[in-house]
Amino acid sequence: MNTFFKADEPLQRVDGKMKVTGAAKYAAEYVLPDCRYAVLVTSSIAKGRIKSLDTKAASNAPGVIAVISYLNAIRPPGYAADNEHPTEPATGGQPHRVFYDNKVYFNGQPIAMVVADTFERATYAAHLVKAQYIVEEHLTDLNKNLDKGVLPASAKKNPKSPLADYDRGVVDGYKTAPVKLEMEYEHPAEMHNPMELQAIVAHWETDDKLTLYDKVQGTQPTQQNFAKEWKLPPENVKVIAPFVGGAFGNALHNWPHETAAIIAAKMIKKPVKLMLTREQMFFMVGYRPGTFQRIGIGANRDGKLVGISHFSIGQTSSYEEFTESVLQQTRMMYTAPNVSTRYRILPMDVSTPIWMRGPGEATGAFALESALDEIAYELNIDPLELRIINHTDQDPERNMPWSTKYLKECFKLGAEAIGWNKRPLKAGTLSDGPWKIGYGMAVGTFGANRRSAKVRAKLFANGSLLLQSAVTDIGPGTGTAMVGIATDAIGIPADQITFQLGNSEFPVAGNQGGSSTVNSVGSAVLAVCDVLKQKLLEMANQNMPEFKSATLEQVTFSNGGLQLKGGSAKTTIGDLMKKSGSADLDLIEEAKPGPEAAKYSKYSYSVHFVEVRVHSITGRIQVTKAVTCADAGKIINMKTAGNQMIGGVTGGIGMALTEDAVMDHRFGRYMTKDLADYHVPVHADVPHIEVRFVDKPDYIVDPMGTKGIGEIAIIGVAPAIANAIFNATGKRIRQLPITPDKLI
Amino acid sequence: MKQFQYIRSVSQKAAISAITQEPKAKFVAGGTNLLDLMKRHVMTPERLVDINKLPLRDIKEENKGLHIGALALNSTVAEHATIVKKFPLLAEALNAGASAQLRNMATVGGNLMQRTRCPYFYDTTTPCNKREPGTGCSALNGFNRMHAIFGATPHCIAVNPSDMNVALIALDASVQVSGPKGDRIIKMQDFHRLPGDQPEKDTILDKNELITAVTIPASTLTHNHYLKVRDRNSYAFALVSVAAGLNLDGKTIKVARLAMGGVAHKPWRLTAAEQSLQGKQVSIEAFQQAADIAMQGAKGYGHNDFKLKLAPNTIVEALKIASRI
Ligand SMILES: Cc1cc2nc3c(=O)[nH]c(=O)nc-3n(C[C@H](O)[C@H](O)[C@H](O)COP(=O)(O)OP(=O)(O)OC[C@H]3O[C@@H](n4cnc5c(N)ncnc54)[C@H](O)[C@@H]3O)c2cc1C
Ligand code: SF4
Repeated sequence: MNTFFKADEPLQRVDGKMKVTGAAKYAAEYVLPDCRYAVLVTSSIAKGRIKSLDTKAASNAPGVIAVISYLNAIRPPGYAADNEHPTEPATGGQPHRVFYDNKVYFNGQPIAMVVADTFERATYAAHLVKAQYIVEEHLTDLNKNLDKGVLPASAKKNPKSPLADYDRGVVDGYKTAPVKLEMEYEHPAEMHNPMELQAIVAHWETDDKLTLYDKVQGTQPTQQNFAKEWKLPPENVKVIAPFVGGAFGNALHNWPHETAAIIAAKMIKKPVKLMLTREQMFFMVGYRPGTFQRIGIGANRDGKLVGISHFSIGQTSSYEEFTESVLQQTRMMYTAPNVSTRYRILPMDVSTPIWMRGPGEATGAFALESALDEIAYELNIDPLELRIINHTDQDPERNMPWSTKYLKECFKLGAEAIGWNKRPLKAGTLSDGPWKIGYGMAVGTFGANRRSAKVRAKLFANGSLLLQSAVTDIGPGTGTAMVGIATDAIGIPADQITFQLGNSEFPVAGNQGGSSTVNSVGSAVLAVCDVLKQKLLEMANQNMPEFKSATLEQVTFSNGGLQLKGGSAKTTIGDLMKKSGSADLDLIEEAKPGPEAAKYSKYSYSVHFVEVRVHSITGRIQVTKAVTCADAGKIINMKTAGNQMIGGVTGGIGMALTEDAVMDHRFGRYMTKDLADYHVPVHADVPHIEVRFVDKPDYIVDPMGTKGIGEIAIIGVAPAIANAIFNATGKRIRQLPITPDKLI
Repeated sequence: MKQFQYIRSVSQKAAISAITQEPKAKFVAGGTNLLDLMKRHVMTPERLVDINKLPLRDIKEENKGLHIGALALNSTVAEHATIVKKFPLLAEALNAGASAQLRNMATVGGNLMQRTRCPYFYDTTTPCNKREPGTGCSALNGFNRMHAIFGATPHCIAVNPSDMNVALIALDASVQVSGPKGDRIIKMQDFHRLPGDQPEKDTILDKNELITAVTIPASTLTHNHYLKVRDRNSYAFALVSVAAGLNLDGKTIKVARLAMGGVAHKPWRLTAAEQSLQGKQVSIEAFQQAADIAMQGAKGYGHNDFKLKLAPNTIVEALKIASRI
């Protein structure tokens, strides 16, 4: 039994029953009257032009209403105006403009779309569309073109950008150290494979009013994007996404298929449903970019790091500049006086990557935390000890204090739980018959982010509370966390609080991403509850003699009522409102980070410990134990927080051992593109995962004291496993995934 | 999916006549392989003859051997008490394949006939001789991690992906078939083909022939192990798998049976290696020697070169586990 699963955990998932009984409705499940079905036809070349498109057979197939391509698609007005896509991705460049012209930018690009009366007929007819191409030479192989990397535009413009070249101390100072190592690490593209396929139902309610049932991580960012694309006032675009079946970053971007569905709906003047196939998920909706990294690391014999130089180059598309923060951990985690980081991207004839859980940092940590392990062996110092030796009590990158940092407590919790002190320092020491046994650990970190957010509260005369936010819940249990925060704050029982989300018409919230939802939206929940409490107190002051001069400090809010501290006077909220003749209360509050926060460096931390067994003859690998510890600030709900950590470690096992998007560069096409060939971990790959939280608040980040969990859950897992494999076998594998062939 | 005609037959005779009438007809059993291939337009039959209603599900002992109806489910076979006890190789091999859900649908006949998982075979945008004869073999110089090291030709280097077949060939099974020209029995050894210059043909079964049963002669194997090495610990096809069965008298090997999966266009019986073990005492050296013999003539194609080492290692390990030394 996992220790974090407290039997008395007060709050179960508020939508758990809906999810397991099928009552939760996902994008593709919306049934609109008169809805039609669109299926995409995709390119089979990576670069070139469409010479001809034969749509005749498809057009004549039964049930087909339209075959849409660059030849006849209407152009979103946003396209036409300035000849480029109107929405600027956070990362630079411009999103792919679907059906804009005959150019092919990547293999698997949507080149046409069939709309029919049923999904099956659309699927069949899509297959009848035939394209002829003028093929151009494509570039898809990162490893053969490492010298062609470029600095991202944002870093060129702004030398202070975290993506810009960074030097602390002497450039390549590691070279002067008595002990130094230079290594290269790489991992392939990892494909987003949430359970729920990308899907959208697009409905033009009128000529200029658009409603989208869409799989997204942000209803309002999506609303903004499509309002720009279609030149509509934002309030004319409504985005609905109350349930999202996993996303992991995949739906932080609006993709070509969404515009395609909107185009189709506009053209046929009917609602259109479009769901990608699993195979299409591999081609056009983002992935963790394949990345090559080089590290030079140097230390003194006593373990003090002298320097680290870290170079990273990742793939991006030719039309959009995708960037991620790969090198942050290298700059801030350890005390080394000389640190240089260089971040490059390589535009290629592939689709645009997108952030995937632990974006950038999971990539960087693989190299950094492996390198630390490597030098620990070189120095004959325990890898955990090496991290303690180089622990920093303030941010060496920005010379600022940490808001909070309980990394050493994580070390202690994890080391105890896995029995780290019994681990032999020498690699290849432990075995059980043909199985080699090893232990490894690694650290992860991610910024404790917070954005401004608003929450609406409706307090009804019966004492029940409704909260609303535009935020989405991609799985962590946002509603559950928010209900938990509200019940703690205002004392209304959880079963009388409803948290509605996933609708762009609700108050402002950004994307669910970057481990920032609880920090941001939770703060707004707290703020709105504070105002409600003030209002209730005023009612009590005026209408109940016992409460006449009571202040907030003198009153407790619990069990759905107010009570004087140390006294017997009490009332339920319902009675109070009745007595006061109050109507339902309805208000919106905003919460945003204050100026104090800017004076600190704010991060969450994780430490992962694993035990692995490697079969010395057949190379089979089994992760047999995992202990994952986090300093994520105050934990709002142990159960959902624990679920996050377990999910992250599972994803990390995939990154380390199984996931491999293999491209055949002759075609520029992925060849592992279904769940039989692209291996995500299954139960047999995942051990019991023990979770430990420090559970200490950080009030600089936000008033609840939370710091964020989603990303740190995976960051550092892959190197912990690679390090354990080294400890077991003496084999250092620097190329993920680590499969049996690499260990025989 | 392309439109097709669907016929559900209730007798063997009706099924065979339904398949014979239409040149582009196919039997469908569990559908776990055929329907996937149809959805991807890799196979485009005009007619499906559903055989699930035929009385071919029984599993019974026959002269100490075994008769397994072609429609017996993979899961039923894997859990059958006699099979678990007397033919553990078969049960272990079946349980090493696919997932519980798939095994609950998949039939013995369908498993025998399942097609290769070569990714180019599945991707209709790439050349593939097996799918479209004469277009070329994309795997030969491409992504061939899962591909053959034995018996391949430049026309095709794909492997038979089945686990069950590896156990069946080690157990000297036979396939009973029935067609418009009558019944025949095909030895497992002959049932699957090497690609030669006709990789589009996986087996020697005629298009109109129905598999009715698999029979296995009485087994004298006292020590068995099916070992599958794969890229994840369940629900993945074999990189290499080995079925090892021994009849041991003390430490002396009276009979040895060895077959490999994931290495050839057919389940790969290691007859010469078996012979080398006969009469020997169980020992790592003897197993190593058998593995060396087994590997003669093996050839890698790049991504799959690791199998040249993994395969003999897996043979030794399977024998070691089977003989419990
Ligand atoms: C994701 C996935 C993973 C898998 N992993 C594994 C694995 O690890 N190991 C493994 O061994 N297998 C694996 N399989 C394959 C699985 O074993 C086969 O799909 C299954 O055995 C096929 O049986 P079926 O009854 O469903 O065949 P069907 O799909 O119905 O038919 C397959 C073929 O056999 C023919 N056929 C069926 N019955 C007869 C008959 N009686 N006579 C003549 N022809 C017949 C059909 O015409 C068709 O061509 C996997 C499959 C999937 C989808
Ligand atoms: S190995 Fe066989 S199945 Fe694969 S591409 Fe070549 S011909 Fe096709």
